[in-house]
Amino acid sequence: MGIEVEQKDNNCQIKIDGELTIYVANEFKQTLSPYLESFEKLELDLASVTEIDSAGLQFLMALKKLASKSQHREVRFTNHSQAVVDVFELLNLSARFDDPIMLAAEKRK
Amino acid sequence: MSMDDAKLIFAQECEELLVEMEDALLELETSPQDPELINALFRAMHTIKGAAGVFGFDAIVEFTHPIETEVDLFRSGQRAIDAQIVSCLIEAKDHTSKLVDLVINQNTSTPSESLLAQGADIIKRLSHDVNNAVDDSQPKTHLSLASQAIESMLRHDTEEDDDQNVGNHWMISLQFGQESLRAGLDPISFIQYLKKLGDIIEIITVSPKMPSFADMDFEDCYLGFRIAFKSDATKQEIEDVFEFARDDCRIRILPSKSKVEDYLQLLEHLPENDSTRLGELLIQVGALTQSELTQALHIQSASAQEKTNQPASPLGEVIVEQRLAERPVVEQALKQQKVAREQARHIRVDSEKLGQLINLVGELVISSASMKVIVEKHTISEADEVVAGVEHLVEEIRNHALQLRMVQIGDTFSRFRRVVRDVSKDLNKKIDLTISGGESELDKTVVEKINDPLTHLIRNSLDHGIETPDVRLMAGKPETGVLSLNAYHDSGHIVIEVKDDGAGLDPDKIRAKAEAIGLVEADQVLSKSEILRLIFEPGLSTKPQASSLSGRGVGMDVVRRNIESLRGNVELDSELGIGTTITIQLPLTLAIIDGFMVGAGSEDYVIPLSMVEECVEMDSEEWSFDHSRDYINLRNEVMPFLRLKDFFGQQPESKKAKRESLVVVRFGRIKAGFVVDRLYGEQQTVIKPLGKIFEHLQGVSGATVLGSGEIALILDVQGLVQVASQRARGHKKQLANQASLSSLN
Repeated sequence: MGIEVEQKDNNCQIKIDGELTIYVANEFKQTLSPYLESFEKLELDLASVTEIDSAGLQFLMALKKLASKSQHREVRFTNHSQAVVDVFELLNLSARFDDPIMLAAEKRK
Repeated sequence: MSMDDAKLIFAQECEELLVEMEDALLELETSPQDPELINALFRAMHTIKGAAGVFGFDAIVEFTHPIETEVDLFRSGQRAIDAQIVSCLIEAKDHTSKLVDLVINQNTSTPSESLLAQGADIIKRLSHDVNNAVDDSQPKTHLSLASQAIESMLRHDTEEDDDQNVGNHWMISLQFGQESLRAGLDPISFIQYLKKLGDIIEIITVSPKMPSFADMDFEDCYLGFRIAFKSDATKQEIEDVFEFARDDCRIRILPSKSKVEDYLQLLEHLPENDSTRLGELLIQVGALTQSELTQALHIQSASAQEKTNQPASPLGEVIVEQRLAERPVVEQALKQQKVAREQARHIRVDSEKLGQLINLVGELVISSASMKVIVEKHTISEADEVVAGVEHLVEEIRNHALQLRMVQIGDTFSRFRRVVRDVSKDLNKKIDLTISGGESELDKTVVEKINDPLTHLIRNSLDHGIETPDVRLMAGKPETGVLSLNAYHDSGHIVIEVKDDGAGLDPDKIRAKAEAIGLVEADQVLSKSEILRLIFEPGLSTKPQASSLSGRGVGMDVVRRNIESLRGNVELDSELGIGTTITIQLPLTLAIIDGFMVGAGSEDYVIPLSMVEECVEMDSEEWSFDHSRDYINLRNEVMPFLRLKDFFGQQPESKKAKRESLVVVRFGRIKAGFVVDRLYGEQQTVIKPLGKIFEHLQGVSGATVLGSGEIALILDVQGLVQVASQRARGHKKQLANQASLSSLN
């Protein structure tokens, strides 16, 4: 449960495990903020996200906005879990986030 | 309410609706696309049918129902209106009024065979027309009705796929409040719930105000959504989805275009007297929800508080501004509201009751005058003020009571549209009717009595006045003749002008005819206006043969007599080849007037104040007069005058009154002077008709009871002016004769 951050050079690898909701969003922000000054590439692994709500969605949107502010930064979401895909589809956000959504084979029916 | 009363109301309502329908039809001839007019047609037929149904007048229902159905086709745009259909509908209107007349006046609801056949014929022609049209536009009439219906449904479905903006589509705009998440309201779950009501066709998630990641508090909510939603749910049902979020969230639910049309239709068919409040109307058809109304009212009162010195913006504006409902919907609702309000504002009053009221007011005027006389006689100074107050109030009451009976002349005028239309068709003439001054008001009793003379004058103009198109073209005039009706107020009178640009009257012909019937002597010197006035004499018609329209024995002399019996006057001016103008002057009311009281000899007389121009002292330097010729010269204006004392044959008094005054009166363009002994001043005067014995009395139009209980005669100014001018002319002729005799000698 929680958020793990690995930094290699200016590459950030983040993995969220469990819920991405209002209860944890601000806590995740605290965890991430030291890394956000200097990254060039940020990859967020969503494979283990079990639940996402509107706060979590805003969290993702805000992260994505970091990239759009400057050209040489990149924020990517990978391995969307079913919970994430459901919300993205409901709100028609896939196109907006523009990340290839690849579902793990066993989760796809 | 007895059955008869109800029937009377039914008849009245029908008449009004049919008049409205006729007006609409006549206007449709010029602007066949106006939906308002077609709506008026529909409304008339629909309402008459409904009312007739309530009373069980089956014949009317049976006739109006198919007509209504056809009109509905025009209304929905399935069929365009052309001149032929308008004619047909006019016939339908006439037929309806015949049926109404049948049940009201002849108390039978079973029309004769011929009438039924006539009705069936009208319906057949009308629907036949429509069927032809359907044939033209849709070659598939061989399909059964059912398959047509299915086809149209299918077509509808495919259209829906093409176009996002049809059918049961909604635009929902959501903006969640910043505190929503903390309050446990998750936008996502609302949208998931919304999905159960229908299909989300398109959703756009917006977050324009969201701060950057570093500044973001993820417990705040910045999300908003724009949703295109397809659902059969009502607006209220959709709104209920967001019920819990309502306090924190801005929700707008907009209907698609076709939904707007639904609302418009619903509004139109709303029972009219149900509600007169805009918000309630909108809620009733589902265009607005209760909470939206509350919100709009709140905004309205808030903005009113902000700008305290300005009136609050109307609710309709607020609703449209906040995009709670569509502008056309609000406008339609406002229109509906106006109709409802107008119905609430007007009450029908039996005109007899009004007549009684006005009679009583008349008595009140007299009583108040006698009270004043007594108070003055006994010099009760404490009562002076009270008397003045009462007098003032009585005057106000009088004015208001008379106002109640005032109606605009416009309705009378517009009835002639039909006359003009029918006559011009019959005679193959092209005639436009222009109406102005229709808002001028006059007493209902006068309006009723003016109708016949006016009809006669108009028919005359149409028949004899305006020429056929080819004659007009040859005379260098536009093909279409113009008949204009104009009304305006002039010194306590209403003036009605009937003017045409037709052939005009030929004075020579009139003179010849007048000489032929012995009306004038061959050597009589007559001015042109005098000759033209001869047309009002009995037995004079310049048209050799009477046509079907005019010349039915009701001559211009009858017109003049009718108008004069209303204490009015008619004048005629005509230019050969250019046109004719007939001017009718009528008093505004026949009941109570402001009078000017004068005394001559031992009698008192009342002159209608509106006709009094001025009063001059008899020994004034301003003027001179010539006894032998009965003319006076007042500041270089020459006018005839009469001594009232002499005219009414009073005994000459032994000693001459100390001071005489001259009252200058004006009637139309003619002025004259009356010499009187005393001037009393203004006086409210209740006109009491004189009995039959005095009908032919010259110079008197009525009598009134004075405060003292005495009777004063009301002078017929017009008659007196004529007498005065005739006398003056008589003198002139005598003088002329004398002169010619002396020259012979």
